[in-house]
Amino acid sequence: MIRATIAVLLAATAFPALAETHNVAAGEGAQERLQEALILAEPGDEIVLEAGRYTLTDGLSLDVDNVTLRGAGMDESVLDFTTQQGAGEGLLVTSDGVTLRDFGMENPKGDGIKSKGADQIIYHAVRVEWTGGPLATNGAYGIYPVEARDILVQDSYVRGASDAGIYVGQSENIIVRRNRVVENVAGIEIENSTGAEVTENLTTLNTGGILVFDLPGLPKVGGGNVLVARNAVIGNNTDNFAPEGNIVASVPAGTGVMVMANTRVQVRDNALVNNNTSHVMLIAYGEDFDDDRYQPRPVAVTVGGNIYGSGGTAPDFPGGELLTAAFGGALPNILTDGLHEKLAIFDPTPVLNLGLTRVGQPLTEVAPSVMNPVVAGDYPSLAPIVLPEGMEARLK
Amino acid sequence: MIRSAAIFCAGLLALTGAVSFSSARSILAVNEAAVMQGMARNLSDYRFFADARAQVPVPHVHRYRLNTPLYSDGADKLRFVYRASGTYFAGPDPDKDDGGLLQFPVGSALIKTFAFGEGEERRLIETRVLLHREDGWVALPYRWNEEQTDAKLALAGGRVPITTPAGEDISYRIPNKNQCKQCHVKDGSVTPIGPKARNLPAEWLAQMSAAGHFGAGHSAGNVTPSEYLPDWSARVEGENTAKLARAYLDINCAHCHQPGASASNSGLDLRWEQDDPHALGIAKPPVAAGRGSGGHLVSIAPGQPDQSIVVHRMSSTDPGVAMPELGKATLDQDGIAVVSSWITAMSKEGTVQ
Repeated sequence: MIRATIAVLLAATAFPALAETHNVAAGEGAQERLQEALILAEPGDEIVLEAGRYTLTDGLSLDVDNVTLRGAGMDESVLDFTTQQGAGEGLLVTSDGVTLRDFGMENPKGDGIKSKGADQIIYHAVRVEWTGGPLATNGAYGIYPVEARDILVQDSYVRGASDAGIYVGQSENIIVRRNRVVENVAGIEIENSTGAEVTENLTTLNTGGILVFDLPGLPKVGGGNVLVARNAVIGNNTDNFAPEGNIVASVPAGTGVMVMANTRVQVRDNALVNNNTSHVMLIAYGEDFDDDRYQPRPVAVTVGGNIYGSGGTAPDFPGGELLTAAFGGALPNILTDGLHEKLAIFDPTPVLNLGLTRVGQPLTEVAPSVMNPVVAGDYPSLAPIVLPEGMEARLK
Repeated sequence: MIRSAAIFCAGLLALTGAVSFSSARSILAVNEAAVMQGMARNLSDYRFFADARAQVPVPHVHRYRLNTPLYSDGADKLRFVYRASGTYFAGPDPDKDDGGLLQFPVGSALIKTFAFGEGEERRLIETRVLLHREDGWVALPYRWNEEQTDAKLALAGGRVPITTPAGEDISYRIPNKNQCKQCHVKDGSVTPIGPKARNLPAEWLAQMSAAGHFGAGHSAGNVTPSEYLPDWSARVEGENTAKLARAYLDINCAHCHQPGASASNSGLDLRWEQDDPHALGIAKPPVAAGRGSGGHLVSIAPGQPDQSIVVHRMSSTDPGVAMPELGKATLDQDGIAVVSSWITAMSKEGTVQ
């Protein structure tokens, strides 16, 4: 009887009562000790990275649900991959309900932290940094959740990614907030994803600050319902250092916020300062594609409530110099290639329209003109992103 | 009659090996409990081998080989499959999109030992086991000791200095348990990769079938694929290049590059049965290649292997660029040559003359 009662009690309190904490320290054998802890963890367990520098030769991975990996701070507990010999990323997460928090990672050879098919994941106060700054030899993505739903990336820092600092791909229901992304090709990129809020981030010294892209031919296409709001997008003028072939290699240096394809994107209440090509850019996907599901134009994009500083003074595309001169030294704050549909601009600022009339038309055929703000009806609102109950409570 | 005599002989052989090798341990019977639960600390706990060092299996554990194998730094691979008593293997499930994988019932195990060196010099490095349990397959890596008497569970993997057959000194990587799954995962579950009917020698399938491993009354047609992958070791330069290349990509790449697998988000599907040029990477821009693109615009540029990301990544050992991401410290020059010839011969539309 007593035993049965205990069993009931245990069941009622679920796993927190049984959860264990496993401490791992830096030093000899850290690779094996840490990896073993990640493998042997039970759901609900917490693995604590004690302060120190962990020298790692191979990618780590976590495949147990509801595990927390926690360090003593993004500068205190550092996973150092400078001498990495194998694997495509520093840490790979493939299980659900994982919390990654308060640790740093330096110089992974490929991507930093990738989570694939890992639903309800939290990245909190994590640092991924290529310490040499912006170099083409750096890995592609710093924080890289893909093919998942319910993703929270917050209070984190990424520097030096040769593709995107924070990249969310082929996912749903996403919040990316209060991060600092510095000296990456793309600061933050939301790609082929639906339902995302990118808010209160600082993106500076990247090639492009915030990208919202949709590409054809992937398992998930049809990105949209993305809110880009209350971000500081400042001085993203770093020369593009992405290897050719990658879509971000085509992003001009000096890009603030760029929307390519996608449906229903709102660019609202951001501070956009010193982005020397354009603060807000709307373009269609211009390459050939063979995908019936794909919508190459930016549709129903809303731009409003933003604060524009100086910018557009040195556009990084062919003919940019001439164009700038024609505009008296600075391009208008907003640029569209002309292939948008249902564009609504509430900001009292002129829009440069490159005048393309069909998708895939070469940029040699541009016919630039200035459009005045195109206000179309009421300020539409997107449904707020709501994470599953209890998800954020894991950070308490 | 002949068949049972053969089995008897094999049993005797195994018995001799076991007796000369070890002591009072219960011999010739696989430890079913170890297969079905837990994580045995030592490879010997399973009792798959009568003579482990010589890799002589006990009865019910059968050696097999593959038509086209995965390249692993030139390691020799000794492959075995265990059939539990009272169960039978079955031919591919026609309703499953798994490339015609043989069906191994719960209780089965697949065992693969990686070795370097010939004859007396042969050193066993690691043995990976795939155990089919009630709740699915489990993959575990074991690392051989210096004395070569047994292998120990290496959950976190490890590194071993090796000289490859090509004479390169490398740090050979034993995968950790999660990395085993990374290659073996499909739709969230671990699954075998190699033993698809099409990738097993026809003679082996016929022998196993004749020996009753697929159960009484089964028809050989159930396990015979419509087409076999080519025998990689018997290839002749310049012949059958397209098939060899496609088989190579299927075995070396498609375990990740297919829907539901680890690299599904790339949109690249390199399976043997895929015939859509874009899915195969022909004129397909990369998605998340990063510096892996090497400055090239597409995965496969017809006629131009040196402009193809696939070849670029096969030709690198730099982590972050190298493909496959795991289990490769050296280049497979033969594989690069075959895939390159295939791309060279390709027309713009991606068809091969």
